[in-house]
Amino acid sequence: MNSAPVISAQNLDIGYHIARNATKCVHQGLSLSLYAGELTCLLGANGAGKSTLLRTLSGAQPPLSGQVIINGTPLNDINRHHLSQTIGVVLTDKTAIGGLTVAEVVALGRQPHTGFFGKLSTHDLTVTHESMAACGIIEKKDHYMASLSDGERQKVMIAKALAQECPIVLLDEPTAFLDIVSRIEIMSLLHRIATQHQRAILLSTHDIEQALVLSDRLWLLSRQSGLTIGVTEDLILSGHLDHLFPHSNIHFDPLHGCYYPTVQRHHSIHVMCDDETLLHWTINILNRNGYGASIDNTTSKHTATLHVISHDMMTWKQGNQVLQLTSFEELTQQLHQ
Amino acid sequence: MIRNTHLSYSSIIIIVLSLTVVGLWIANLFIGSVSIPAKEVINILMGQECERESWRYIIWESRLPQAVTALLAGCSLSVAGLLLQTTFNNPLAGPSILGIDTGASLGVAIVMLAGGSILSGATGFIATLIGAFTGAAIVMAVILFFSTFVRNNLMLLIIGMMVGYLTSSIISLLNFFASANQVHAYTMWGMGNLGGVSLQQLPYFATATVCGLFIAFMLIKPLNAMLLGTRYAENLGVNISLTRNLLLIATGLLTATTTAYCGPITFIGLSTPHIARLILRSSNHNTLLPVTMLCGAIVLLLCNILSVLPNNNGIIPINAVTPIIGAPVIIYVIVNQKKINYFNE
Repeated sequence: MNSAPVISAQNLDIGYHIARNATKCVHQGLSLSLYAGELTCLLGANGAGKSTLLRTLSGAQPPLSGQVIINGTPLNDINRHHLSQTIGVVLTDKTAIGGLTVAEVVALGRQPHTGFFGKLSTHDLTVTHESMAACGIIEKKDHYMASLSDGERQKVMIAKALAQECPIVLLDEPTAFLDIVSRIEIMSLLHRIATQHQRAILLSTHDIEQALVLSDRLWLLSRQSGLTIGVTEDLILSGHLDHLFPHSNIHFDPLHGCYYPTVQRHHSIHVMCDDETLLHWTINILNRNGYGASIDNTTSKHTATLHVISHDMMTWKQGNQVLQLTSFEELTQQLHQ
Repeated sequence: MIRNTHLSYSSIIIIVLSLTVVGLWIANLFIGSVSIPAKEVINILMGQECERESWRYIIWESRLPQAVTALLAGCSLSVAGLLLQTTFNNPLAGPSILGIDTGASLGVAIVMLAGGSILSGATGFIATLIGAFTGAAIVMAVILFFSTFVRNNLMLLIIGMMVGYLTSSIISLLNFFASANQVHAYTMWGMGNLGGVSLQQLPYFATATVCGLFIAFMLIKPLNAMLLGTRYAENLGVNISLTRNLLLIATGLLTATTTAYCGPITFIGLSTPHIARLILRSSNHNTLLPVTMLCGAIVLLLCNILSVLPNNNGIIPINAVTPIIGAPVIIYVIVNQKKINYFNE
């Protein structure tokens, strides 16, 4: 389904000029491709260089070496005006737009298309209207920005980028500081825009859970292993997410798609359980209390055997002692003995 | 559509304000330190005979240029204030607070001490204007330079105030070495006086002001983009360095022209953009810029009327009047900032 990438780069070095002739290189030799019609999430620890990479790709910061190619043209050769019609951004910057209405802010996205005085044509108004509708904020169009919630405000900024009619949209942590409902809404919205409007959308996020669910492709960025790119499921199942945070205290659970603290296992419990949900949460409580859990009984080093029938019916067998437990609270007490 | 309703509301505002400007401007011709009967004023303006020749002189040589000066200076200072508030993303910025008019004052002081009186002819006018513009532009450039790495708005205001103090201390030093007459002339000028522009100088004054206002109106589109912050504006295709340079020239020209001839008039630049936003209920420069300009004219024309003491008791300095209108507005917006939309992100 993918034709040529809309953004590509080979051997890209990114970083800052800190003084005359002195540079601070954040990453070397990055190779990347971004495709239209896909939602791509850029994941990485704080300080991994996500913002630097986004700024380099948007043309706000020159690469230290190498070239970013946008639709076959080097970024440097694209003039300011054309670039503003090619890449739209959503940033975390402080703004002063509380005194503008939603419609006025979204209409600012038309600036690359309007004339000297920024007068909006009928077409501009139509695009503004459609962008607000696509982002689900059309009912708020006459409201002041100052009266919106954080989630709504973020939708307005996305609508602004949509109104810019750029084939590429780059977003720097659009879901930071949002509650879970807004986070899911924003991510679904971005996925819908990518697929329905055939945009290439790249966003940096710390919201790995949502990224794994909705992202078509992942860009994993870390200081140690650089940039790893692949379809979400390929990266999950090939174990790449375990290397994203090279920290011995956390590990990635590919079954549930999230990170867990690495358990210090002093003892191991043999768990028997037929229900998947029940098994998951049983292992969860055991791990949290410093017990390993195993579902096979081939090794003989288990401290005890726990048979879970339901959340209020379980049997704890330790040596000759057999106990009937009726809640996880009782299990906790047993584990602490 | 929202745009139409918004425009019709703002159209009404603009029409009402324009009529008020015209009304106050005419009132300025009728009110002055010497009381002249209204009928005589009309006669003089119509070019007819009047009771006393001195009244004709007062109307044509004093009141008319002063009314035009108040109108233009009000427009200049308020627009300069708005440009500064948007440029620095800071609702409490203004030509006085950021020390820009002090910069202009220093330029004027140097010209005055080097070349004598400021009030002599076109050459003197242009020399003073160049001095004031250079001073204002240098201070503005210094603050723009600091704004590239001082992100905190309050800190930037304090830096502006410090630059203002530094500039003032140079002015004090110059005054220390100046003759008593020069110091007196400078002190009188520093109290603010809208009567400083003669009828002969008025065309130059008007031209410089209109140039500054013209640049400001050319910048409406990038100013709106800059409400989003520099990086967003850049992404929308705004040439940031060109815009900043034009803003520097416009603010410098507007502040310098007025300061050179009327002295450093306080509070107009800081407070009228707020009056305009509160009336207009919008920070969209399409309408905010003209409304700010009209409000500035109204406030200064009003201040000029208020500065005339009743019963021929003379005129008080304009800077004694402007804070009476300006300071309460600033206190009001600071106290109510949580309720005022444009204070929020």
